[in-house]
Amino acid sequence: MRGDSVFPQLELLLPLVSKPIQYVGGELGAVVKPWESATVRWVLSYPDAYEVGLPNQGVQILYEVLNEREDTLAERTYAVWPDLEKLMREHDVPQFTVDSHRAVGDFDLFGLSFATELGYTNMLTELSLARIPLLAADRDESHPIVVVGGHAAFNPEPIADFIDAAVLGDGEEAVLEITDIVAAWKSEGCPGGRDELLLRLARTESVYVPRFYDVDYLPDGRIQRVVPNRPGVPFRVHKRTTMDLDAWPYPKKPLVPLAETVHERFAVEIFRGCTRGCRFCQAGMITRPVRERSITTVGQMVKEGLEFSGFDEVGLLSLSSADHSEIGDICKGLADQYDGTNVSLSLPSTRVDAFNIDLAQELSRNGRRTGLTFAPEGGSERIRKVINKMVTEEDLIRTVVTAYSNGWRQVKLYFMCGLPTETDEDVLQIARLAHEVIKSGRQATGSKDIRCTVSIGGFVPKPHTPFQWAAMERPEVIDGRLRALKQEINSDRSLGRAIGFRYHDGEPSLIEGLLARGDRRVGAVIREVWEQGGRFDGWTEHFSYRRWVDACAAVLPGLGVDLDWFTTREREQAEVLPWDHLDSGLDKDWLWQDWQDALTEYEQDDCRWTPCFDCGVCPSMDTSIQIGPTGRKLLPLTPVNTGLRVPAGA
Amino acid sequence: MGKPKNQPEGGQAPVVQRVRLRYAKRGPLRFTSHRDFARALERAILRAGVPIAYSQGFTPHPKISYASAAPTGVASEAEYLELGLRERVEPGQLVKALDGSLSPGLDVLEAVEATVPGSLADRITASQWRIELPGVGDDQLATAVAAFVAQSEILVERMTKQGRRTFDTRDAVVHIAAVRSQTRPPGVVETAPCAILDLVVRQVTPSVRPDDVLSGLRVVADLEPSAPHSLRSARATRLAQGTLTPQGEIVDPLEADRDPVVIGER
Ligand code: B12
Ligand code: SF4
Repeated sequence: MRGDSVFPQLELLLPLVSKPIQYVGGELGAVVKPWESATVRWVLSYPDAYEVGLPNQGVQILYEVLNEREDTLAERTYAVWPDLEKLMREHDVPQFTVDSHRAVGDFDLFGLSFATELGYTNMLTELSLARIPLLAADRDESHPIVVVGGHAAFNPEPIADFIDAAVLGDGEEAVLEITDIVAAWKSEGCPGGRDELLLRLARTESVYVPRFYDVDYLPDGRIQRVVPNRPGVPFRVHKRTTMDLDAWPYPKKPLVPLAETVHERFAVEIFRGCTRGCRFCQAGMITRPVRERSITTVGQMVKEGLEFSGFDEVGLLSLSSADHSEIGDICKGLADQYDGTNVSLSLPSTRVDAFNIDLAQELSRNGRRTGLTFAPEGGSERIRKVINKMVTEEDLIRTVVTAYSNGWRQVKLYFMCGLPTETDEDVLQIARLAHEVIKSGRQATGSKDIRCTVSIGGFVPKPHTPFQWAAMERPEVIDGRLRALKQEINSDRSLGRAIGFRYHDGEPSLIEGLLARGDRRVGAVIREVWEQGGRFDGWTEHFSYRRWVDACAAVLPGLGVDLDWFTTREREQAEVLPWDHLDSGLDKDWLWQDWQDALTEYEQDDCRWTPCFDCGVCPSMDTSIQIGPTGRKLLPLTPVNTGLRVPAGA
Repeated sequence: MGKPKNQPEGGQAPVVQRVRLRYAKRGPLRFTSHRDFARALERAILRAGVPIAYSQGFTPHPKISYASAAPTGVASEAEYLELGLRERVEPGQLVKALDGSLSPGLDVLEAVEATVPGSLADRITASQWRIELPGVGDDQLATAVAAFVAQSEILVERMTKQGRRTFDTRDAVVHIAAVRSQTRPPGVVETAPCAILDLVVRQVTPSVRPDDVLSGLRVVADLEPSAPHSLRSARATRLAQGTLTPQGEIVDPLEADRDPVVIGER
């Protein structure tokens, strides 16, 4: 029967796999509803291992928002490790939810959240284990509607053949509207079947249904045009923006897992969006404008979330947390409220300035000053102008030295390699910067006991950013530059010893680049990789560059393109990009201008404190910047009741 | 909210009451490892507002001592631990508050105040287990058990943290019997046969676990469930643990604190 638990079959396999606890659910905050109580049933997935997927904030929010509805139930599923996948196939156990162990194929909607493109192969595993045809075209009324969201959904073209729909942007209101449409369609007796339902979704203009768009190609492989093939389907699909975050204070009941996960803390988003304008940052571009959560809502969420969860750590999350208009008061207020307790507060801010150190100091009153992270991203002042990360070398060194002088012993510096216009010299500059940091730090503190870690990631050009036209650097060049950098760092034995060096190889980045800016033709590559055993591509130990290169070689030439064409090729202004029909609000002309400004090393200010620079988002999405200050303060918490708390229903 | 921050030596409130708990690990949550349980319990203690005491030192730890830890994948109706509290609580209220803060399936069953000296762990010398064996018929199991009982030593191997070890599983087994399936608990619906083994095992070093006894049955009688089942998908439950009396009974380790006089006379 639909909705029955498959646990009895699964249970026999669990003793045979590693960390079985990740498959049994039982989290605090999990919601289990009777199957028949709901009209619309969602299964949500973050398609990675449970330990990474469970803490995902996006899925937790949507799970809670959906389950608060009487007529709706939502459960969760995650990617199973290859040991269990093999057993499930042998014993015919389907992809299951961890809440009630129901078969994923039984639900009405299967929503997947993609923060990274490297999760695509895991989606195919989940579909196939759920016995849902991999190709959307092969599905019928008995199969769930497969809908994706998250940042990668801003260019879902590489997975267009496998999904029924994609939602761009914030999901809170979108999932509720989709639920309404599905509920209405079901109550009418499912008129017109799957096709009609998808058409109704597409007509909202904020749900992208790939099958209703035809892509034509030019003889040289470029896209000629993307056009709707049905009446009533919009030419462009718009992103969603949740305004007034105070009205959406989720998660209220964060999931607390029994298994160990990568993030064991309660995270509160203090704002969404970022207009700092770093040109490589897709997140900053596609989440505009900035919308702050007020200091009082943040305080309330922290209090209730901690009481509910029993977590002893709070993370104040956003793309650049030190930029909240009342961040000083938030940090001081929370630090006061939780003074004398073991609740620790963290601020994932990487802004390079002294203010950031003040905040960190406030949050580490209890004494532990283990590490601070700054992200200059580019090694030379020149390249920092290209990427619009405005920080001078002087400022950088002064900031780091201030951190050392205030008791921090370990500072982490983030950089990228492979940026547009980058030369060997730009990268070697990182070594000189690191040397300077240690030298000045030793001078200022009079101690040799200070360290810095240089951490380097490969640059991947992303859709809807000014760098969407840029060529990627070849992995050999990146790896060569990183080798030279390492040598340069160690060229001074004494300084080199105080500097840690961590980096990612260029190869995984190239594949991420293929998936990020690919079009529908890349779908065949993903499928081929998956069939050859590709799983968990976000994990170094599972990722195989060879497998991806071989799959590209097997599939792409027949389509007139190749791996280089998608990655190391610079695009021209006139080229139709695979995601042009997907509207992030950014004006393509503005993006192009910003790309040209990058090439001439011209910097762009932040529209929160300088006039609007017409990126296009606010007028086209009918949104506006929502920031404080509100002038309110966090009041001391009333002394906590020391008596036992017996939860209702216990 | 929260536990006390790091404090210098001597800064922690002293323990004014010690409470001993019995708890169960049931159903799907039998796959919780001991580490997972410990983390869940510490969070539940915070949520429930239990006035737990902390150890001294730079990184204070909550005063929780575990008398036992059922292996991951094994269910239990009888696990024991002790909490050191900095304020007195009524044990019945503690059970309610703590149980309500733990996921269903991790169930706090009873609590008594420690009144008699001696650690809980010292009162545990044996466990009683029930093992359901899907894919094994009653007669098949009865034959294997007879073969097991007939031996005086049965060597098996297991991977431990120190590497592969060989040890005897026979001597620690005080009682072993195949339970006829009509006495199978209600609700166990099986298409395949499912024999049930009743076991009492003494606590020895290295410990003899239910899966070791199954290995022993395989060694002496080639016990092997029919496909697709395997001995590793057997479902074991610890029904009781405590002090083994010469009569072969297991005395609940909380008994002494519940009624100190009775145990004193024994
Ligand atoms: C916490 C965090 C992590 C944590 C936890 C990840 C996790 N499991 O959630 C850790 C440290 C593990 C992590 C790792 C990585 N992260 Co991270 N991470 C973040 C961070 C700080 C917060 C994410 C978050 O919770 N956002 C808030 C939630 C509410 O937003 P959301 O998930 O996007 O969900 C909303 C919508 O997208 C939508 N939605 C989401 N899913 C769905 C599904 C459906 C069906 C629908 C309809 C809607 C929908 O609705 C939600 C509510 O509005 C962000 C930065 C940021 N502030 O966003 C970076 C960020 C998401 N991470 C990023 C990256 C690159 C990574 C890594 C790939 C880094 C690496 N190279 O290893 C890995 C990937 C690991 C993995 N396999 O996921 C990038 C994404 C790149 C991009 N889009 O440009 C970000 C944006 C940081 C950045 N500025 O570069 N990350
Ligand atoms: S439209 Fe103007 S105000 Fe809105 S995000 Fe873009 S630059 Fe800022």
